[in-house]
Amino acid sequence: MFNLFLLQLLNGAQFGILLFLVAAGLTLVFGIMDFINLAHGVLYMVGAYLMATFAGMTGNYWLGLMLALPATLIFGLVLEFLVFRRLYDRSHLDQVLATFGLILMLSEGVRILWGSAPLNVEMPELLSGSVPLAGPLKYPVYRIAVIAAGLASAVGLWALINHTRAGMLLRAGASNRPMVAALGVDISRLFMLVFAGGAMLAGFAGAIVAPILSVDPGMGESILILTFVVIVIGGVGSIRGAFLAAILVGVVDTVGRTFGPIWLRMVMDPSAAAQTGRMLAPMLVYLLMAAVLFYSPTGLFGRRGAK
Amino acid sequence: MSRFAPQIAPRLKAALAILVLMALVPVAAHAIGDPFLSVIANRMLVFAIAALSLDLILGYGAMVSFGHAAYLGFGAYAVALGARWGVTDLLAQILLGMVFSAAFALVTGAISLRTRGVYFIMITLAFAQMAYFFFVSQGSLGGDDGVALQGRSTLLGLSLDGDVTLYYVTLGALALVYAGLYRLTGSRFGRVLKGTRENSLRMQAMGYRPFPYQLVAYVIAGCLCSVAGVLLANLTEYVSPAYMGWHRSGEMIVMLVFGGIGTLTGAMAGALVAVGLEEVLAAFSEHWRLGFGLALVLVVLFSPEGLTGLAKRLGIGGKHG
Amino acid sequence: MAELLEIRDLRKNFGALAVTDGVSLSVGEGELHAIIGPNGAGKTTLIAQLSGQLAPDGGQVLYGGEDITHLDMAARVRRGLARSFQITALLPGMTVLENVALAVQARSGSSFRFWRDAGGEEITNAQARAALEEVGLADRAAVLASALSHGEQRQLELAVALATKPRLLLLDEPLAGTGGQEAERLIALMQRLKSRLTIVLIEHDMDAVFQLADRISVLVYGAIAATGTPEAVRADPAVRAAYLGEDA
Repeated sequence: MFNLFLLQLLNGAQFGILLFLVAAGLTLVFGIMDFINLAHGVLYMVGAYLMATFAGMTGNYWLGLMLALPATLIFGLVLEFLVFRRLYDRSHLDQVLATFGLILMLSEGVRILWGSAPLNVEMPELLSGSVPLAGPLKYPVYRIAVIAAGLASAVGLWALINHTRAGMLLRAGASNRPMVAALGVDISRLFMLVFAGGAMLAGFAGAIVAPILSVDPGMGESILILTFVVIVIGGVGSIRGAFLAAILVGVVDTVGRTFGPIWLRMVMDPSAAAQTGRMLAPMLVYLLMAAVLFYSPTGLFGRRGAK
Repeated sequence: MSRFAPQIAPRLKAALAILVLMALVPVAAHAIGDPFLSVIANRMLVFAIAALSLDLILGYGAMVSFGHAAYLGFGAYAVALGARWGVTDLLAQILLGMVFSAAFALVTGAISLRTRGVYFIMITLAFAQMAYFFFVSQGSLGGDDGVALQGRSTLLGLSLDGDVTLYYVTLGALALVYAGLYRLTGSRFGRVLKGTRENSLRMQAMGYRPFPYQLVAYVIAGCLCSVAGVLLANLTEYVSPAYMGWHRSGEMIVMLVFGGIGTLTGAMAGALVAVGLEEVLAAFSEHWRLGFGLALVLVVLFSPEGLTGLAKRLGIGGKHG
Repeated sequence: MAELLEIRDLRKNFGALAVTDGVSLSVGEGELHAIIGPNGAGKTTLIAQLSGQLAPDGGQVLYGGEDITHLDMAARVRRGLARSFQITALLPGMTVLENVALAVQARSGSSFRFWRDAGGEEITNAQARAALEEVGLADRAAVLASALSHGEQRQLELAVALATKPRLLLLDEPLAGTGGQEAERLIALMQRLKSRLTIVLIEHDMDAVFQLADRISVLVYGAIAATGTPEAVRADPAVRAAYLGEDA
């Protein structure tokens, strides 16, 4: 029982790390540019598809990853150049409409190019297999590698934001946009950097998750909505909030699905527990979001006093 | 009142003309011998009701809700659940759908409306997704796959099995929703809603607290949309969580903007045209979303003020409104 | 003269900057109390705290003896405390009459009425017209607020505030951006209102201030530098140094 819990906890953490990678760029885009981008999940999807393509073409996971990352970055920059930068000054409604159109278009484009059937990516030999955890329990090396890679990215991001000039501007911009403009910083370049970084992280998340998840045209959308939940809980513009909220959402979602029915069995009869558990599990993260919002409308680390 | 006469009467006339024109569709379909035309037209009417309800909050209230399809789902599931509980009357099912919707809108609206801007958009989307997953997890209602209905509802003993009967009932519902919203938007309540959209701070300085008005509008919009859901379930004789997916919410916004936001006649016309267009495009190519999405992006980018240009001139749809 | 408004040691900080630095002030019933001071002295911030738009960090606001420090804007308006905005805040997409009628509606009956045509409410419209008459905008009633000239928008601001039937009026630079005839008309209007209402006036037009005010307070760096009759303030050397010196 404890072993199962540990296993789910790790799975939850791994899922949370992925959510964080997608959410990190998006929360900055929201915070700094006040720009609602529904199409961010597309970058995650494109990252996974490019990974599948390049890994398949070269027959090598590492080569695939090295090609997929810059390709996603370029794709993101092209999107920024062609579409997003024209939307920063528009109303939220325009932003919603245009980025929604982009989702429709790109999802369909992916379907045309790669088909609707899920694709598989081979795990690299180096990271396949399992390591013993506690007692008889084993855990796949690849998932541990995902967690490690995500944590490394988070630490890198943290260092970037707290110890560089660009990071300082980002922090200032996320909490006070006019101030950054007043400092005479080239805002459009800052925006592009933020966007490129966000695209890269989302693409990275898509690429490294490809071997353990099927790559399909709907993957960008399912993660997008959970990313929103993460950002709302963490507070728009807060990287720290996004990290904590992502881990929280990942763990609550994963552990809740397995342990919800088990724990409910302590207070109700088994069949009712199973039924209620099945019903509540997928709603848990949303209820969590509602609870956080009830306590603080701007999330855990959002700007206070921003009405 | 007379002051408005020259301004509003043409719109009211246009709305009447649209309704009359739609009333002739089954006749035309019969004449050319294509009964499927009525089914498509019926679908158009259903979404016109949904778009009208969304216009109340998005157009008149400037609340960009990205989760309105949830209420379509509540209405549809009210039919499935009603039938299961032996409630087959359309009106009773509408009432049931409204009760679900009102409860959901009251709770989620009270939380969402404490926030603004990007938060509001994300939160309404997330709550709708929660409702979606709720129904996906209901194995007894078919879960992900949904459930086929045994038959259509009855209206005060009248069977709606005939497509033409259902069509005119839907048309009647659309006319009633239009008339109700026409009155509402001209009423005291409607004025407060519009005023808040124009300048919330000014309204507070007049002595209003916007929150209860916005919340009530949010609940009304949800209830009206559930009527569309009840009719949609009857039309397709099928109920599934897909009705409340977030794509549907997005499409509803597109429909609304298509015809001009913040005007009831525009919302109605926009939905009719958009659904019709969708049917045509879908018949043309299975990849119609590619072109549809591209068109949407291009229109927003290259029309001088975007699709909401008109809305902006009215002072709504702004970032901080 | 009974005190209608009493401000006790009001404090507000924006970061390290004390924008309102222990302001204490009382305004008697029927008084026109002008607050003057150089740009950035914290006048608008003070009005924002009096009207309930901004919560103070410390101190109290008493209105008719009641502590209203923690009431929101709507609650204060209902008690008869109305304000105008320095930067014109109207409902641009609605007509002039509708702008004022909404203010009338706020204090007369419920606004949770969903069916009857609000534009057909004769009593509401009549009261709204009376307020427009008062500021001289009656003939512009059917025009969209966004179509008014700047001066007319300032007049409409006043009409909206008056339509709430206030006992205390907070006017934030009502003359800003107006000139010549428009300004004269607004000054004459304030002169008339003075006899019926208590007014707190923020204004840069010194001629108007000295012509209208019963008492004047000078705000410098968020604190009251002097309070007194126009004559006393004009003569105060500290005031001359701090403020009037650069203007007069």
